[in-house]
Amino acid sequence: MARILQLTLNGRARTDAITENVLLLDYLREVVGLTGTKTGCDGGECGACTVLVDDQPRLSCLMLAALADGRRVDTVESLVSDGRLSAVQRGFHEKLGSQCGYCTPGFVMASAGLLRRNPRPSEDEIREALGSNICRCTGYVKIIEAVQYAAQLHAAGASP
Amino acid sequence: MEALPPFDLIRPRTLAQLIDARAAHPASRLLGGGTDLMVNIRRGIVAPPVLIDVNGVDELRTIEADAHALEIGAAATLSEVAAHSGVMQNYPVVAQAAGHIAGPTHRNMGTVGGNIALDTRCIFYNQSEWWRQANHHCLKTTGEICHVAPKSRGVCFATFSGDLAPALLTLDAEIDIAGVSGKRTVPLAELYIGYARQNEPVTVTRGDGKFFLSLQPSEIVTAVRARNSPGLRSAYDKIRIRRSIEYPVTGVAVALRRDGDILADLRVAFTGTNPRPVRLAGTDKLCGGPLDAPVFAGLDALVRDQIMAMKTTFTPGHYRRRVAGVLARRLVQRLFEGG
Repeated sequence: MARILQLTLNGRARTDAITENVLLLDYLREVVGLTGTKTGCDGGECGACTVLVDDQPRLSCLMLAALADGRRVDTVESLVSDGRLSAVQRGFHEKLGSQCGYCTPGFVMASAGLLRRNPRPSEDEIREALGSNICRCTGYVKIIEAVQYAAQLHAAGASP
Repeated sequence: MEALPPFDLIRPRTLAQLIDARAAHPASRLLGGGTDLMVNIRRGIVAPPVLIDVNGVDELRTIEADAHALEIGAAATLSEVAAHSGVMQNYPVVAQAAGHIAGPTHRNMGTVGGNIALDTRCIFYNQSEWWRQANHHCLKTTGEICHVAPKSRGVCFATFSGDLAPALLTLDAEIDIAGVSGKRTVPLAELYIGYARQNEPVTVTRGDGKFFLSLQPSEIVTAVRARNSPGLRSAYDKIRIRRSIEYPVTGVAVALRRDGDILADLRVAFTGTNPRPVRLAGTDKLCGGPLDAPVFAGLDALVRDQIMAMKTTFTPGHYRRRVAGVLARRLVQRLFEGG
Protein backbone atom coordinates (compact mmCIF):
# COMPACT_ATOMS: atom_id res chain seq x y z
CA MET A 1 0.00 0.00 0.00
CA ALA A 2 1.05 3.57 -0.54
CA ARG A 3 1.13 6.28 2.06
CA ILE A 4 2.16 9.90 2.36
CA LEU A 5 5.49 10.57 4.06
CA GLN A 6 6.06 14.01 5.53
CA LEU A 7 9.42 14.69 7.08
CA THR A 8 12.09 17.32 7.52
CA LEU A 9 14.97 16.19 5.35
CA ASN A 10 18.24 18.08 5.71
CA GLY A 11 16.37 21.04 7.17
CA ARG A 12 13.63 21.23 4.56
CA ALA A 13 10.05 20.03 4.84
CA ARG A 14 9.25 17.42 2.24
CA THR A 15 6.26 15.31 1.25
CA ASP A 16 6.34 12.18 -0.89
CA ALA A 17 4.02 9.33 -1.75
CA ILE A 18 5.86 6.07 -0.91
CA THR A 19 5.07 2.40 -0.69
CA GLU A 20 5.08 0.90 2.78
CA ASN A 21 7.87 -1.55 2.04
CA VAL A 22 10.45 1.04 0.97
CA LEU A 23 13.44 1.41 3.26
CA LEU A 24 14.70 4.82 4.35
CA LEU A 25 17.98 4.12 2.53
CA ASP A 26 16.23 3.41 -0.77
CA TYR A 27 13.91 6.39 -0.29
CA LEU A 28 16.91 8.69 0.18
CA ARG A 29 18.91 7.33 -2.73
CA GLU A 30 16.26 6.50 -5.29
CA VAL A 31 13.25 8.68 -4.54
CA VAL A 32 15.00 11.84 -3.34
CA GLY A 33 18.25 11.27 -5.26
CA LEU A 34 20.60 11.84 -2.33
CA THR A 35 23.28 9.25 -3.01
CA GLY A 36 25.70 10.33 -0.27
CA THR A 37 24.21 7.68 2.02
CA LYS A 38 25.74 4.36 0.99
CA THR A 39 24.37 0.86 0.69
CA GLY A 40 26.87 -1.50 2.28
CA CYS A 41 26.01 -4.88 3.75
CA ASP A 42 22.21 -4.46 3.57
CA GLY A 43 22.00 -6.19 6.93
CA GLY A 44 22.93 -3.74 9.67
CA GLU A 45 26.50 -4.97 10.03
CA CYS A 46 28.57 -2.20 8.44
CA GLY A 47 27.04 1.22 9.24
CA ALA A 48 27.66 2.69 5.76
CA CYS A 49 23.98 3.72 5.61
CA THR A 50 24.02 5.64 8.93
CA VAL A 51 21.88 8.80 8.99
CA LEU A 52 20.62 10.94 11.85
CA VAL A 53 16.95 10.73 12.82
CA ASP A 54 16.14 13.46 15.35
CA ASP A 55 19.93 13.73 15.89
CA GLN A 56 20.30 10.01 16.73
CA PRO A 57 22.33 7.74 14.44
CA ARG A 58 20.13 5.12 12.74
CA LEU A 59 20.73 2.43 10.14
CA SER A 60 18.70 3.55 7.13
CA CYS A 61 18.99 0.06 5.58
CA LEU A 62 16.90 -1.41 8.41
CA MET A 63 14.40 1.41 8.93
CA LEU A 64 11.23 1.73 6.88
CA ALA A 65 10.91 5.17 5.30
CA ALA A 66 7.33 5.30 6.61
CA LEU A 67 8.70 5.36 10.17
CA ALA A 68 10.46 8.65 9.44
CA ASP A 69 7.07 10.34 9.16
CA GLY A 70 7.06 13.51 11.26
CA ARG A 71 10.75 13.12 12.09
CA ARG A 72 13.86 15.10 11.25
CA VAL A 73 16.30 13.19 9.03
CA ASP A 74 19.82 14.44 8.30
CA THR A 75 22.15 12.86 5.73
CA VAL A 76 25.76 13.63 4.92
CA GLU A 77 24.52 16.16 2.33
CA SER A 78 23.20 18.34 5.17
CA LEU A 79 26.58 19.07 6.70
CA VAL A 80 28.12 21.56 4.27
CA SER A 81 26.91 25.10 4.89
CA ASP A 82 27.74 28.02 2.59
CA GLY A 83 30.27 25.86 0.80
CA ARG A 84 32.20 25.13 4.00
CA LEU A 85 32.80 21.64 5.30
CA SER A 86 31.53 20.86 8.78
CA ALA A 87 33.92 20.15 11.65
CA VAL A 88 33.62 16.38 11.20
CA GLN A 89 34.11 16.58 7.44
CA ARG A 90 37.19 18.77 7.88
CA GLY A 91 38.48 16.37 10.51
CA PHE A 92 38.17 13.36 8.18
CA HIS A 93 39.74 15.35 5.32
CA GLU A 94 42.67 16.85 7.18
CA LYS A 95 43.51 13.88 9.44
CA LEU A 96 43.18 11.37 6.57
CA GLY A 97 40.23 9.58 8.15
CA SER A 98 38.99 8.57 4.71
CA GLN A 99 40.73 6.32 2.20
CA CYS A 100 38.47 4.55 -0.31
CA GLY A 101 35.65 6.66 1.11
CA TYR A 102 32.80 4.18 0.96
CA CYS A 103 32.28 3.95 4.71
CA THR A 104 32.95 7.66 5.22
CA PRO A 105 29.41 9.10 5.05
CA GLY A 106 28.34 6.58 7.71
CA PHE A 107 31.31 7.37 9.95
CA VAL A 108 30.80 11.11 9.43
CA MET A 109 27.13 10.92 10.43
CA ALA A 110 27.81 8.67 13.45
CA SER A 111 30.52 11.16 14.49
CA ALA A 112 28.24 14.15 13.93
CA GLY A 113 25.62 12.44 16.09
CA LEU A 114 28.22 11.93 18.81
CA LEU A 115 29.38 15.56 18.79
CA ARG A 116 25.81 16.86 18.86
CA ARG A 117 25.14 15.10 22.16
CA ASN A 118 28.69 15.05 23.55
CA PRO A 119 30.88 17.88 22.19
CA ARG A 120 33.98 16.76 24.13
CA PRO A 121 34.14 12.98 23.82
CA SER A 122 37.00 10.94 25.25
CA GLU A 123 38.81 8.45 23.03
CA ASP A 124 36.82 5.61 24.62
CA GLU A 125 33.57 7.44 23.96
CA ILE A 126 34.57 7.94 20.30
CA ARG A 127 35.43 4.24 19.94
CA GLU A 128 32.14 3.29 21.55
CA ALA A 129 30.08 5.67 19.40
CA LEU A 130 31.63 4.32 16.18
CA GLY A 131 31.10 0.69 17.19
CA SER A 132 28.35 0.13 14.62
CA ASN A 133 30.57 1.18 11.69
CA ILE A 134 33.16 -0.81 9.75
CA CYS A 135 36.13 0.58 7.82
CA ARG A 136 38.39 -1.84 5.91
CA CYS A 137 41.02 0.74 4.89
CA THR A 138 42.17 2.98 7.69
CA GLY A 139 42.59 0.67 10.66
CA TYR A 140 40.48 3.22 12.60
CA VAL A 141 43.40 5.14 14.14
CA LYS A 142 43.07 7.99 11.64
CA ILE A 143 39.30 8.01 12.05
CA ILE A 144 39.60 8.48 15.80
CA GLU A 145 42.14 11.27 15.26
CA ALA A 146 39.72 12.85 12.79
CA VAL A 147 36.90 12.90 15.34
CA GLN A 148 39.21 14.28 18.04
CA TYR A 149 40.26 17.06 15.67
CA ALA A 150 36.61 17.67 14.75
CA ALA A 151 35.78 18.09 18.43
CA GLN A 152 38.48 20.78 18.67
CA LEU A 153 37.09 22.57 15.61
CA HIS A 154 33.60 22.28 17.07
CA ALA A 155 34.82 23.78 20.36
CA ALA A 156 36.27 26.65 18.32
CA GLY A 157 32.86 27.34 16.81
CA ALA A 158 32.49 25.13 13.73
CA SER A 159 29.18 23.26 13.36
CA PRO A 160 29.61 19.50 13.94
CA MET B 1 18.59 -2.22 -4.36
CA GLU B 2 16.81 -5.40 -3.49
CA ALA B 3 13.17 -4.51 -2.87
CA LEU B 4 11.45 -5.90 0.17
CA PRO B 5 8.45 -8.12 -0.46
CA PRO B 6 5.18 -6.21 -0.18
CA PHE B 7 3.46 -5.94 3.20
CA ASP B 8 0.97 -3.66 4.88
CA LEU B 9 2.12 -1.43 7.71
CA ILE B 10 -0.15 -0.65 10.65
CA ARG B 11 0.85 2.09 13.08
CA PRO B 12 -1.32 1.91 16.22
CA ARG B 13 -1.23 4.73 18.79
CA THR B 14 -2.64 2.81 21.77
CA LEU B 15 -2.17 -0.64 23.25
CA ALA B 16 -5.84 -1.42 22.55
CA GLN B 17 -5.36 -0.63 18.85
CA LEU B 18 -2.21 -2.72 18.82
CA ILE B 19 -3.96 -5.73 20.35
CA ASP B 20 -6.86 -5.37 17.91
CA ALA B 21 -4.46 -5.19 14.96
CA ARG B 22 -2.62 -8.27 16.19
CA ALA B 23 -5.88 -10.19 16.59
CA ALA B 24 -7.07 -9.15 13.13
CA HIS B 25 -3.79 -10.24 11.51
CA PRO B 26 -2.53 -13.45 13.12
CA ALA B 27 0.33 -13.75 10.61
CA SER B 28 1.58 -10.23 11.35
CA ARG B 29 4.91 -9.45 12.99
CA LEU B 30 5.58 -6.67 15.45
CA LEU B 31 8.10 -4.10 14.24
CA GLY B 32 10.24 -2.46 16.92
CA GLY B 33 13.70 -1.42 15.79
CA GLY B 34 13.70 -3.87 12.91
CA THR B 35 17.36 -4.66 13.50
CA ASP B 36 16.67 -8.41 13.36
CA LEU B 37 13.28 -8.60 11.64
CA MET B 38 14.13 -6.45 8.61
CA VAL B 39 17.26 -8.53 8.00
CA ASN B 40 15.22 -11.72 8.12
CA ILE B 41 12.56 -10.31 5.78
CA ARG B 42 15.29 -9.25 3.39
CA ARG B 43 16.79 -12.73 3.43
CA GLY B 44 13.42 -14.33 2.75
CA ILE B 45 13.47 -16.11 6.11
CA VAL B 46 10.11 -14.63 7.05
CA ALA B 47 7.53 -12.88 4.86
CA PRO B 48 4.85 -11.40 7.10
CA PRO B 49 1.90 -9.92 5.16
CA VAL B 50 1.45 -7.24 7.84
CA LEU B 51 3.89 -5.37 10.05
CA ILE B 52 2.61 -3.63 13.18
CA ASP B 53 4.84 -0.75 14.29
CA VAL B 54 4.95 -0.63 18.11
CA ASN B 55 6.99 2.58 18.36
CA GLY B 56 3.98 4.90 18.35
CA VAL B 57 2.37 3.31 21.42
CA ASP B 58 3.46 5.64 24.22
CA GLU B 59 2.25 3.35 27.02
CA LEU B 60 4.82 0.77 25.90
CA ARG B 61 7.73 3.21 26.23
CA THR B 62 7.87 3.79 30.00
CA ILE B 63 10.98 3.11 32.04
CA GLU B 64 10.57 3.27 35.80
CA ALA B 65 13.39 2.18 38.04
CA ASP B 66 13.96 3.05 41.67
CA ALA B 67 15.28 1.28 44.76
CA HIS B 68 12.10 -0.80 45.01
CA ALA B 69 10.98 -1.86 41.56
CA LEU B 70 11.82 -1.92 37.89
CA GLU B 71 9.31 -1.67 35.06
CA ILE B 72 10.25 -1.29 31.40
CA GLY B 73 7.82 -1.09 28.50
CA ALA B 74 8.43 -3.35 25.51
CA ALA B 75 8.96 -0.45 23.09
CA ALA B 76 11.61 1.32 25.19
CA THR B 77 14.86 1.37 23.23
CA LEU B 78 18.01 -0.38 24.38
CA SER B 79 19.89 2.94 24.43
CA GLU B 80 17.28 4.38 26.78
CA VAL B 81 17.57 1.43 29.16
CA ALA B 82 21.39 1.39 29.10
CA ALA B 83 21.58 5.13 29.90
CA HIS B 84 18.74 5.32 32.46
CA SER B 85 20.20 6.43 35.78
CA GLY B 86 17.64 4.52 37.87
CA VAL B 87 18.38 1.29 35.99
CA MET B 88 22.15 1.80 36.12
CA GLN B 89 22.07 2.47 39.84
CA ASN B 90 19.58 -0.12 41.08
CA TYR B 91 19.64 -2.83 38.40
CA PRO B 92 23.17 -2.64 36.96
CA VAL B 93 22.94 -6.09 35.38
CA VAL B 94 20.03 -4.88 33.21
CA ALA B 95 21.72 -1.62 32.16
CA GLN B 96 24.95 -3.48 31.37
CA ALA B 97 23.16 -6.15 29.36
CA ALA B 98 21.30 -3.49 27.35
CA GLY B 99 24.59 -1.66 26.73
CA HIS B 100 26.22 -4.88 25.47
CA ILE B 101 23.68 -5.46 22.70
CA ALA B 102 25.01 -5.04 19.14
CA GLY B 103 26.44 -1.56 18.46
CA PRO B 104 25.35 1.93 19.54
CA THR B 105 23.36 2.67 16.38
CA HIS B 106 21.50 -0.64 16.71
CA ARG B 107 20.69 0.20 20.33
CA ASN B 108 19.09 3.49 19.23
CA MET B 109 16.68 1.38 17.19
CA GLY B 110 16.28 -1.97 18.97
CA THR B 111 13.62 -2.40 21.64
CA VAL B 112 13.36 -4.28 24.93
CA GLY B 113 10.46 -6.40 23.65
CA GLY B 114 12.40 -7.27 20.52
CA ASN B 115 15.39 -8.41 22.53
CA ILE B 116 13.32 -10.44 25.00
CA ALA B 117 11.49 -12.20 22.15
CA LEU B 118 14.52 -12.23 19.83
CA ASP B 119 14.38 -14.98 17.23
CA THR B 120 16.83 -17.82 17.77
CA ARG B 121 19.85 -17.96 15.48
CA CYS B 122 21.86 -20.56 13.61
CA ILE B 123 24.45 -20.63 10.82
CA PHE B 124 21.99 -22.72 8.80
CA TYR B 125 19.11 -20.28 9.39
CA ASN B 126 20.47 -16.72 9.21
CA GLN B 127 21.42 -17.02 5.55
CA SER B 128 20.03 -15.85 2.24
CA GLU B 129 17.25 -17.71 0.47
CA TRP B 130 19.53 -19.25 -2.16
CA TRP B 131 22.06 -20.33 0.48
CA ARG B 132 19.39 -22.11 2.48
CA GLN B 133 17.79 -23.56 -0.63
CA ALA B 134 21.13 -25.03 -1.74
CA ASN B 135 21.20 -26.81 1.61
CA HIS B 136 17.58 -28.04 1.31
CA HIS B 137 16.58 -25.56 4.02
CA CYS B 138 16.50 -26.60 7.68
CA LEU B 139 14.07 -27.61 10.36
CA LYS B 140 13.56 -24.04 11.57
CA THR B 141 12.09 -23.01 8.20
CA THR B 142 10.72 -25.57 5.76
CA GLY B 143 13.40 -28.26 5.77
CA GLU B 144 13.26 -31.73 7.22
CA ILE B 145 16.40 -32.03 9.29
CA CYS B 146 18.41 -29.94 11.71
CA HIS B 147 21.82 -29.60 10.05
CA VAL B 148 23.41 -28.97 13.44
CA ALA B 149 22.08 -32.28 14.77
CA PRO B 150 20.94 -34.37 11.80
CA LYS B 151 19.80 -37.21 14.05
CA SER B 152 17.71 -34.96 16.29
CA ARG B 153 14.40 -36.33 14.96
CA GLY B 154 12.51 -33.10 14.56
CA VAL B 155 14.24 -31.06 17.26
CA CYS B 156 15.75 -27.68 16.24
CA PHE B 157 18.84 -26.42 18.06
CA ALA B 158 18.92 -22.76 16.96
CA THR B 159 20.43 -20.66 19.74
CA PHE B 160 18.82 -17.93 21.79
CA SER B 161 21.13 -14.92 21.97
CA GLY B 162 19.20 -12.03 23.56
CA ASP B 163 21.20 -10.28 26.27
CA LEU B 164 18.41 -8.88 28.44
CA ALA B 165 16.88 -12.27 29.26
CA PRO B 166 19.77 -13.67 31.37
CA ALA B 167 20.10 -10.35 33.19
CA LEU B 168 16.39 -10.27 33.98
CA LEU B 169 16.32 -13.96 34.93
CA THR B 170 18.84 -13.32 37.72
CA LEU B 171 16.36 -10.78 39.12
CA ASP B 172 13.41 -13.23 38.97
CA ALA B 173 11.71 -10.82 36.56
CA GLU B 174 8.13 -11.11 35.40
CA ILE B 175 6.60 -10.09 32.09
CA ASP B 176 3.22 -8.61 31.26
CA ILE B 177 1.52 -10.31 28.33
CA ALA B 178 -1.52 -8.89 26.55
CA GLY B 179 -3.84 -10.48 24.04
CA VAL B 180 -7.46 -10.56 22.97
CA SER B 181 -8.37 -12.64 26.01
CA GLY B 182 -6.89 -10.08 28.42
CA LYS B 183 -3.67 -9.49 30.27
CA ARG B 184 -1.56 -11.80 32.40
CA THR B 185 1.71 -11.58 34.26
CA VAL B 186 4.03 -14.58 34.33
CA PRO B 187 7.61 -15.25 35.42
CA LEU B 188 9.96 -14.43 32.55
CA ALA B 189 11.45 -17.92 32.88
CA GLU B 190 8.11 -19.38 31.74
CA LEU B 191 8.33 -17.48 28.44
CA TYR B 192 11.26 -19.59 27.29
CA ILE B 193 10.49 -23.18 26.39
CA GLY B 194 13.44 -24.01 24.12
CA TYR B 195 14.53 -27.09 26.06
CA ALA B 196 15.40 -29.02 22.90
CA ARG B 197 16.13 -32.54 24.07
CA GLN B 198 17.19 -34.99 21.38
CA ASN B 199 14.53 -37.60 20.65
CA GLU B 200 12.07 -35.84 22.94
CA PRO B 201 9.07 -34.66 20.92
CA VAL B 202 8.36 -30.92 20.88
CA THR B 203 5.25 -30.01 22.89
CA VAL B 204 3.50 -26.76 23.82
CA THR B 205 5.34 -26.64 27.14
CA ARG B 206 8.70 -28.09 26.06
CA GLY B 207 9.81 -26.65 22.75
CA ASP B 208 13.06 -26.26 20.84
CA GLY B 209 14.96 -23.69 18.80
CA LYS B 210 11.95 -23.23 16.53
CA PHE B 211 9.18 -23.16 19.14
CA PHE B 212 11.02 -21.30 21.84
CA LEU B 213 8.41 -18.90 23.26
CA SER B 214 5.27 -19.86 25.18
CA LEU B 215 3.18 -16.99 23.74
CA GLN B 216 -0.24 -17.72 22.25
CA PRO B 217 -0.63 -16.63 18.60
CA SER B 218 -2.17 -13.19 19.25
CA GLU B 219 -0.28 -12.42 22.45
CA ILE B 220 2.42 -9.79 22.85
CA VAL B 221 4.88 -8.97 25.61
CA THR B 222 4.05 -5.45 26.84
CA ALA B 223 6.41 -4.91 29.78
CA VAL B 224 9.00 -6.50 32.02
CA ARG B 225 9.13 -5.92 35.76
CA ALA B 226 11.34 -6.90 38.68
CA ARG B 227 11.74 -6.11 42.37
CA ASN B 228 14.95 -5.00 43.99
CA SER B 229 16.59 -7.32 46.52
CA PRO B 230 18.55 -5.42 49.18
CA GLY B 231 22.25 -6.10 49.03
CA LEU B 232 22.15 -7.93 45.70
CA ARG B 233 25.20 -7.22 43.55
CA SER B 234 24.82 -7.88 39.85
CA ALA B 235 26.71 -7.58 36.58
CA TYR B 236 26.66 -8.72 32.96
CA ASP B 237 29.49 -9.57 30.60
CA LYS B 238 29.83 -11.22 27.25
CA ILE B 239 32.47 -12.39 24.83
CA ARG B 240 32.19 -11.66 21.14
CA ILE B 241 34.51 -12.44 18.25
CA ARG B 242 34.24 -8.78 17.28
CA ARG B 243 33.66 -6.62 20.32
CA SER B 244 31.49 -3.93 18.78
CA ILE B 245 28.60 -5.57 16.90
CA GLU B 246 28.44 -9.37 16.76
CA TYR B 247 26.17 -11.83 18.52
CA PRO B 248 27.58 -13.45 21.66
CA VAL B 249 29.95 -16.37 21.85
CA THR B 250 28.36 -16.39 25.26
CA GLY B 251 26.82 -13.86 27.63
CA VAL B 252 26.64 -14.27 31.39
CA ALA B 253 24.61 -12.48 34.06
CA VAL B 254 25.47 -12.95 37.74
CA ALA B 255 23.68 -11.67 40.83
CA LEU B 256 24.92 -12.51 44.31
CA ARG B 257 24.70 -11.43 47.92
CA ARG B 258 27.61 -11.49 50.34
CA ASP B 259 27.11 -11.55 54.12
CA GLY B 260 30.52 -11.02 55.73
CA ASP B 261 32.66 -13.75 54.22
CA ILE B 262 29.69 -15.91 53.31
CA LEU B 263 28.23 -16.29 49.84
CA ALA B 264 24.59 -15.91 50.82
CA ASP B 265 22.86 -15.95 47.43
CA LEU B 266 24.05 -16.80 43.92
CA ARG B 267 22.19 -16.58 40.62
CA VAL B 268 23.82 -17.20 37.25
CA ALA B 269 22.21 -17.08 33.80
CA PHE B 270 23.56 -17.53 30.27
CA THR B 271 22.71 -16.58 26.70
CA GLY B 272 24.16 -17.64 23.38
CA THR B 273 24.45 -21.29 24.33
CA ASN B 274 21.07 -23.06 24.32
CA PRO B 275 17.77 -22.54 22.46
CA ARG B 276 16.67 -20.67 25.60
CA PRO B 277 18.41 -18.40 28.08
CA VAL B 278 19.47 -20.66 30.94
CA ARG B 279 19.27 -19.68 34.59
CA LEU B 280 21.51 -22.28 36.23
CA ALA B 281 19.59 -24.58 38.55
CA GLY B 282 21.31 -25.67 41.75
CA THR B 283 23.37 -22.58 42.56
CA ASP B 284 21.61 -22.38 45.95
CA LYS B 285 23.57 -25.49 46.97
CA LEU B 286 26.80 -23.54 46.44
CA CYS B 287 25.78 -20.88 48.97
CA GLY B 288 26.20 -20.75 52.74
CA GLY B 289 29.97 -20.80 52.94
CA PRO B 290 33.01 -18.85 51.76
CA LEU B 291 33.73 -18.42 48.07
CA ASP B 292 36.33 -21.18 47.81
CA ALA B 293 37.56 -23.75 45.31
CA PRO B 294 34.68 -26.21 45.88
CA VAL B 295 32.18 -23.45 45.00
CA PHE B 296 33.95 -22.83 41.70
CA ALA B 297 34.18 -26.56 41.04
CA GLY B 298 30.47 -26.83 41.74
CA LEU B 299 29.77 -23.92 39.40
CA ASP B 300 31.81 -25.59 36.66
CA ALA B 301 29.82 -28.79 37.11
CA LEU B 302 26.50 -26.95 36.80
CA VAL B 303 27.71 -25.26 33.60
CA ARG B 304 28.88 -28.61 32.23
CA ASP B 305 25.50 -30.20 32.91
CA GLN B 306 23.16 -27.43 31.80
CA ILE B 307 24.95 -25.46 29.09
CA MET B 308 24.46 -27.18 25.76
CA ALA B 309 26.26 -25.12 23.10
CA MET B 310 25.93 -26.75 19.68
CA LYS B 311 27.59 -25.91 16.36
CA THR B 312 25.09 -23.14 15.59
CA THR B 313 27.77 -20.45 15.22
CA PHE B 314 31.20 -20.27 13.62
CA THR B 315 32.76 -20.87 17.02
CA PRO B 316 32.59 -24.51 18.16
CA GLY B 317 30.10 -25.45 20.85
CA HIS B 318 32.68 -26.83 23.29
CA TYR B 319 34.60 -23.55 23.12
CA ARG B 320 31.46 -21.53 23.87
CA ARG B 321 30.71 -23.74 26.85
CA ARG B 322 34.22 -23.23 28.21
CA VAL B 323 33.93 -19.48 27.70
CA ALA B 324 30.60 -19.56 29.55
CA GLY B 325 32.24 -21.22 32.56
CA VAL B 326 35.21 -18.86 32.59
CA LEU B 327 33.06 -15.73 32.26
CA ALA B 328 30.81 -16.91 35.09
CA ARG B 329 33.80 -17.56 37.39
CA ARG B 330 35.25 -14.13 36.67
CA LEU B 331 31.99 -12.32 37.32
CA VAL B 332 31.30 -14.24 40.55
CA GLN B 333 34.80 -13.47 41.82
CA ARG B 334 34.59 -9.81 40.88
CA LEU B 335 31.17 -9.23 42.42
CA PHE B 336 32.04 -11.11 45.61
CA GLU B 337 35.22 -9.10 46.09
CA GLY B 338 33.77 -5.70 45.59
CA GLY B 339 31.74 -4.59 42.69
